[in-house]
Amino acid sequence: MATQQGSAVPAGHEEYYVPESSGMAISATIGLLLSIYGAASVLNDMTFGEPGAETNSWTIFICGLFWFVATLFMWFRTAIRENRAGMNSAQLKKSYVLGMFWFIFSEVMFFFVFFSVLFYVRVLVGPWLAGEGEAGAMNHLLWPGFEFDWPTMQTPQEAVGGAAGQPIANHGEFFSPHTSMAFGEVEHWWHWLPMWNTVILLSSSVTVHIAHLGLLENNRGKLNLWLGITVALASVFLALQVLEYHEAYTLYGLTLNSGIYGSTFFMLTGFHGFHVAMGMTMLLVQWLRSIRGGHFTADDHFGFEASSWYWHFVDVVWVMLFLFVYIF
Amino acid sequence: MGEHHHGPAKGLKRWIFATNHKDIGTMYLWFSFAMFLLGGAFAMIIRAELFQPGLQLVEPGFFNQMTTMHGLIMVFGAIMPSFVGLANWMIPMMIGAPDMALPRMNNLSFWILPPTFLLLASTLFMEGGAPAFGWTFYAPLSTTYAPPSVTFFIFAVHLLGLSSIMGSINIVATVWNLRAPGMTWMKMPLFVWTWFITAYLLIAVMPVLAGAVTMMLMDIHFGTSFFSAAGGGDPVLFQHVFWFFGHPEVYIIILPAFGVVSQIIPTFARKPLFGYDSMVYATASIAFLSFIVWAHHMYTVGMPIAGELFFMYATLLIAVPTGVKVFNWITTMWRGAMTFETPMLFCIGFVVLFTLGGFTGVMLSMAPSDFQYHDSYFVVAHFHYVMVAGAVFSMTGAVYYWLPKWCGRMYSEPMGKIHFWISFVGFNLAFFPQHFVGLAGMPRRIPDYASQFADFNMLSSVGAFIYGGSQILFLYNVISTIVAGKPVSDDKVWEGAEGLEWTVATPAPFHTFAVPPRVK
Ligand code: HEM
Ligand SMILES: [Cu+2]
Repeated sequence: MATQQGSAVPAGHEEYYVPESSGMAISATIGLLLSIYGAASVLNDMTFGEPGAETNSWTIFICGLFWFVATLFMWFRTAIRENRAGMNSAQLKKSYVLGMFWFIFSEVMFFFVFFSVLFYVRVLVGPWLAGEGEAGAMNHLLWPGFEFDWPTMQTPQEAVGGAAGQPIANHGEFFSPHTSMAFGEVEHWWHWLPMWNTVILLSSSVTVHIAHLGLLENNRGKLNLWLGITVALASVFLALQVLEYHEAYTLYGLTLNSGIYGSTFFMLTGFHGFHVAMGMTMLLVQWLRSIRGGHFTADDHFGFEASSWYWHFVDVVWVMLFLFVYIF
Repeated sequence: MGEHHHGPAKGLKRWIFATNHKDIGTMYLWFSFAMFLLGGAFAMIIRAELFQPGLQLVEPGFFNQMTTMHGLIMVFGAIMPSFVGLANWMIPMMIGAPDMALPRMNNLSFWILPPTFLLLASTLFMEGGAPAFGWTFYAPLSTTYAPPSVTFFIFAVHLLGLSSIMGSINIVATVWNLRAPGMTWMKMPLFVWTWFITAYLLIAVMPVLAGAVTMMLMDIHFGTSFFSAAGGGDPVLFQHVFWFFGHPEVYIIILPAFGVVSQIIPTFARKPLFGYDSMVYATASIAFLSFIVWAHHMYTVGMPIAGELFFMYATLLIAVPTGVKVFNWITTMWRGAMTFETPMLFCIGFVVLFTLGGFTGVMLSMAPSDFQYHDSYFVVAHFHYVMVAGAVFSMTGAVYYWLPKWCGRMYSEPMGKIHFWISFVGFNLAFFPQHFVGLAGMPRRIPDYASQFADFNMLSSVGAFIYGGSQILFLYNVISTIVAGKPVSDDKVWEGAEGLEWTVATPAPFHTFAVPPRVK
C-alpha cells in the first residue's frame, strides 16, 4: 500500500479546506465555561445558599451565555462566508452533512433516555412500589396503602401520610396533582392543547417541506413564504406550550414536585420544547438569510437542509410524546 | 495548492488557535498525561492510607473524595483524552487524509477539557468538599446526600460529554469521508476501525450520561423524584441509566487499545495481523453486545430472576469475540520473527494481563458468584487489570511506538525496557493481591480494614508506589527524547512497520497528505 504524495489531485478529491488557525474555539470555551460556572452557582445559591444573600452568579451566567451565543454567531457566519466564497469542496460539504446527521443521532439518544425512564417507571417501578411481584415484596411494609396507576395521582409518600409517615427513603415533599394532562372530557375536546400542538407541529413539517420544494424549483417567493409560515407555527407551538405549563401549575396542581408523573411529564415536554426553540431559531436564521441575503441555491443549501432535518426530528419526538405522554 | 502549506504559527498562538490535527493531538496527549499524574497522585494518597489498617493520614470523608476524583480523572481525564489524542495524530495519517474533517470543532473539543477539569478539581476546595460518592455516583448518595459541589460536578460532566460527542462526530466524518482513494473499508488499519466503532459508542452513550446527570440536577434543585421512591421514582433507576452508559464506556476505553495492539504486534512479529476480518467483526460484535449487558453491574440490587439470567448469558457471550481477539494476537506472534522493543513489551504485557482481567470478568459475570464478589476488592482488581494493564499499557506502548515518527528522534531503549519491567512488576504487585483480599471479603471504597488483610494491602501499596514512580521515568524518557534523542534517519523507523503513516517523512511534517495518496 506504499505510496508517496502525488502532485495531481485525483477526481472526487478536490483540495480539502483546512482553516489555518481559528480563535473561535477558545472563545466558545470561555463563554461556555463562564455560563456553566454561573448556572451552577445560580442553582447552588437557590438550593444551598443563604436566602437573600448578594451574589453575582446571575451576572456571570448571563455574560457567559451572551459571549457563547455571540461566538456561535461569528462561527456560523464565518462558515457561511467560506462556503459562499467557494472554499468548500464537495467533500467538505459532505463532512458537514455527516456532522449534522450524527449530531441529530446523539440527540435521539438523549430523548431515548427519558422515554426509557418513562417506560421503566410505568411498567416496572410503579407496580413494584405497589407491592407486586418478588421485587415488590417489601413494599407492602414500606409504602402500605400505595396503589399504582398511571398517571400517578397519589405518590407513595402521600399514601403513607406525608413525609413524616414513613421516614425511610422518604426525603423531599411530593404533592400529587388533582388533574392529569391526559385527555379530559369529550364535549370539551377543543380545550385539549396537546391536540392543537400536534396539529401545529405536524403541519409545520409539511410547510418546511413545501419551502424546500420551492427552493429546489428556484422559487424564492415560495421558499420565503412557507419557511416564514413554519417559523410562525413554531412560535405558536411554543406559546401554547407555555400556556399549557401555566394551566398545569395553576389549575391542575401538576408541578415538578408532583412525584414521578410530574417529573417525567416536565422533563420530556420541557426538553422537547427547548429543542423546538432551538429548531425555530435555526429556521429563523435560514429565513433571514434567504430574505435579506438571498442565500441558498437549488443545489447548495446545507444550512436550510440541516435545519429542516432538525425540524423533522423534533416533530418525530413530539409524535412519540403525544402517544406515550398524553394518550397512553 | 501551495498557499496552504504554511508552517505552524509561532508561540502560544500555535496551540490556542490550533486547527492542525497533529498539534491538537499533541495537546490531548500532554493534557491526558498531566491528568494521569494528578489522578495518580490521588491514588498514592489512597494507597498510603491503606498501607496499614486503621486511620492514619486522611479523614474518611476525604478518602472518599480521593477515590471519587481518582476514578473520574483517570477515566475521563487520562485514558479517554489520551486515545483521542492518538486518534487525532494517527487517523488522518493512516487513511491518507489532509487533516480531521472538521478542524475548528476539533480545537473546541480539546479546549473544553482543561477548564472543565479545573472546575472539577476546584470542587476539592469548595464548602462541603468534593464529590465523595464514587465515580459511579449512585443516587441517592449523589442527590439527597451530596455536597453542594455536586452541581459543578454535574455541569462538568455535561461539558465532557459535549467534548466527546464533538470529537467522535469528527472522527466518524473523517473516517467516512476523508479516506484516500483506494483506502477501502477492509483495508483500513485496525486502529482506525476500532476508533470508528468507538466513536459510535460515544455518540450513542454520552447523551445517556448527560440524561443521567440532568435527572440528578432536577432531583437536587427542582424537587423532581426520578430517583426517590417517595415520589414514585426509583434509586435503582439511576443505576440502570448509569450503566447503560457505563458498560459501553468500558469498551470505549478498551477498543482503541485493541486497535493499538493490533498495529504494534504485527510490526515486531514481522507478520501481517492474523485474521484481520475476524478482528473487525469481533470489534463490531463487542460494541453491539456492550449495549445489552449493563445490568451485570447490578446483580445484587434485587432484579427479577429473568433479568439476572438474561444479563448473565449476554455478558458471558462477550467473552467469545474477546477470545477471538486474544487468539488472533497470539497467532500473529506464532512463528513470527519476533523482537522485543519497548512497544512490543508493553503489548505482550497487555495481552497477558488483559486476558487475566477478562478471566476475572467472566467470573464476575456469573450472577451467583458475583453475589460474593460484588463491591469487593476483587472487582477493583478486575477493572485495574483491564483498564491499567489494558488501556494504559497499550497507550504507553503506543507512545513509544510512534514517538520517533512524531518528533523524529529515538527514545532510549534501555530506559524504555526498564520502564516496562518496573511497571509490570509494580502493577502486578499492586493489583494481584487485591484478588485475594477481595475474595476473602474486603469491601472496596473503604479507608480502614480488618487486620487479616494487612499484609496483602501493604504489598499492594508498595506495588502501587513502584508503578507510580515508574511513570516519572517514562516522563523523563519522553522529554529527553524530544529535546536530545538520537535523530531517526529512516522514514519507516521500525523494520516491520506497515501503513501510510510510515511513508511520510520523519518527523512527520506539519501537513501530510494535502493531496491524497493512492492506495493500491
Ligand atoms: C470479557 C470481558 C469482561 C467481562 C465479562 C466483564 C465483567 C464485569 C462484571 C460482571 C463487572 C461487575 C462486577 C461487580 O461490580 O460485581 C465488571 C466490573 C467492571 N469492569 Fe468489567 N468485564 C469485562 C471487561 C472489562 C473491560 C474491557 C473493562 C474496561 C476497560 C472493564 C471495566 C470494568 C469496570 C470499570 C468495572 C467496575 C465498575 C465499578 O463498579 O466501579 N471490564 N466487569
Ligand atoms: Cu460492564
